Amino acid sequence: MKLADVVRELELEVLAGPDLEREVTGGYVSDLLSVVMARAKAGQLWITLQGHQNIVAVAVLLELAGVIVAGGIEPDQETREKAEEEGINLFTTSLPVFEVAGRLYRLGARGIDHA
Amino acid sequence: MGDKAEQAIMLEFTLQGQDFIRAGEASSEIKQRLKKLGFKPDVVRRAAIVAYESEMNVIIHARKGTLRVEITPRKILIQALDEGPGIADIEQAMQEGFSTAPDMIRELGFGAGMGLPNIKRFADEFKIQSRVGEGTLLEIIIHADKG
Repeated sequence: MKLADVVRELELEVLAGPDLEREVTGGYVSDLLSVVMARAKAGQLWITLQGHQNIVAVAVLLELAGVIVAGGIEPDQETREKAEEEGINLFTTSLPVFEVAGRLYRLGARGIDHA
Repeated sequence: MGDKAEQAIMLEFTLQGQDFIRAGEASSEIKQRLKKLGFKPDVVRRAAIVAYESEMNVIIHARKGTLRVEITPRKILIQALDEGPGIADIEQAMQEGFSTAPDMIRELGFGAGMGLPNIKRFADEFKIQSRVGEGTLLEIIIHADKG
């Protein structure tokens, strides 16, 4: 599915959306950056409560489809600017993480291959 | 003419302790270079993870440090040398979940005690030397023909 579909279905607020045509290959949830680094895969959409700018570096290195900062957390201004600069799709939502992951799963995204 | 020596590409980055604003920039640059040079996606991914965790370790724990990368067609050597507190018990530091990062840094999602274990896991060769009160040296090799 395309990122634009996810944005529409989950009613995400787009803070930076340089490539909404990007294909989403799955989802990943964690607030521990090293865990994300080790386990998340390119093309996945990352759901987190971290709103500081280091989430952008992680997304860039892993070539994630984008980052959803959930739970009504407002990402820092620097995070938005950096996302725009680095070409990372960045979203927010007031929905809790569990709800975002559940709705994304219902749309067809999976967290592991061959699930 | 002599093509006996493989041309090595050297990259070097200066890292400043506590500089969370530029954190990840060195790793990003290393990754872009490897990608452009045509290394396999898994090799690029492993090198990027190793570089990132090494970079973050210096930024979180040390006063300053250097990240050096030597790239040849067969292997990628990554060295992280820092001036910092050093590691008293390396065996303990290598355990998943062990961290000495302060709470403020943990709240940002760092300091999960995954840095060194991640580096070792994604490296083909891994060496660590440390002297308390002086600093730490990491040497990682990633073989380009793997993955």
